[in-house]
Amino acid sequence: MKNGNTLDRRAAVKHILADRGDTLTVSSLGGPSYDVAAIQVDFEQDFPLGGAMGQATMVGLGLALSQPKRRVIVFAGDGEMLMSLGSLATIGAEKPDNLAIVVIDNEYYAETGMQRTHTGRGVDLAAVATGCGFAVARTIRTTAELDEAAPLIRSAPGPIFATLKVSTDIGPLFPRNRDGVLQKAQFRRALLGKN
Amino acid sequence: MSDEQQGAAWPQTIYRLLKEAKVTQVSYVPDGGHKQLIQHCTDDPDMRTVSLTTEQDGIGVATGAWLGGVRSALLMQSSGVGNCINALSLIKNCQIPFLTFVTMRGDFGEANNWQMAMGQATPTVLEAMGMVCLRVEKAEDIEETVSAALRMSFSASQSIAVLLSQRLIGAKIFK
Repeated sequence: MKNGNTLDRRAAVKHILADRGDTLTVSSLGGPSYDVAAIQVDFEQDFPLGGAMGQATMVGLGLALSQPKRRVIVFAGDGEMLMSLGSLATIGAEKPDNLAIVVIDNEYYAETGMQRTHTGRGVDLAAVATGCGFAVARTIRTTAELDEAAPLIRSAPGPIFATLKVSTDIGPLFPRNRDGVLQKAQFRRALLGKN
Repeated sequence: MSDEQQGAAWPQTIYRLLKEAKVTQVSYVPDGGHKQLIQHCTDDPDMRTVSLTTEQDGIGVATGAWLGGVRSALLMQSSGVGNCINALSLIKNCQIPFLTFVTMRGDFGEANNWQMAMGQATPTVLEAMGMVCLRVEKAEDIEETVSAALRMSFSASQSIAVLLSQRLIGAKIFK
């Protein structure tokens, strides 16, 4: 199954996280956590979820509010984002200026047998984000649009929303740590030190 | 919430204990029983409050806060507990210290039959997801129980729900 999109998800995420500095990421279960880990597996500034579908954006909000000087980028699948549209309303109301939400939107539930999601049936996530009061909300289809949006995602006053219309290619899978306790401890130690 | 509960002292006690325990982020879905505590928290410039659209989002917010080094609490009504079940995977799988205050419906003296199913299932579903429930029936037990809950969550890294009974908050009266 194909969606006609041309952006490559792995390349797009890598582009956004180029020169990331001390940026923190949260990523949703399935593809997005692989997309982030493909750049640097088990990196301590990344917190990948392996379940709790729908919570990636809110983990990002809690982190952004507790670390206002750090940039926080959430990478969420389109299925994940559709499950938690209300979280966009909460982020829009709270207006954390250090938070960016990036949806890796392939318009399918790729994990479960390629069933179509609503984003391939006319639902416009960027319009939802605009309606929720995000400072910037973009739908990105080309590398030129990505080039223009990447600096906004990395550092413009937020909250920022971008949905990347990516092809259905998922990229290679590889071993990575899935121990949530270890991931939590590693992330906190890198961010907070040994206390 | 009965009129006499408007002036009850226990919400102020919970607020004071949260402050003493350095809880600085509070998320909530409003409930009549939590009205005073929400007001105390939103009035406090040193307390970051987050109004949620659904209770499960408080699980993610609490996880993110802990990852960022901040202690938080979630305020909700028992009817919202069911919304949280799968999200609690985050807390259990990552052993996130977590504290929630649940005002009970479908409990002692309930007059709305729609509240009974979730109210009666509340401790069962929380315990099924690995949480420890501490129930408060009387105002004089608030200080001891909330102190215990704070110690168990933030010192022992446990996941604790303080269930505030309708005996404590008063059953909602329908006329």
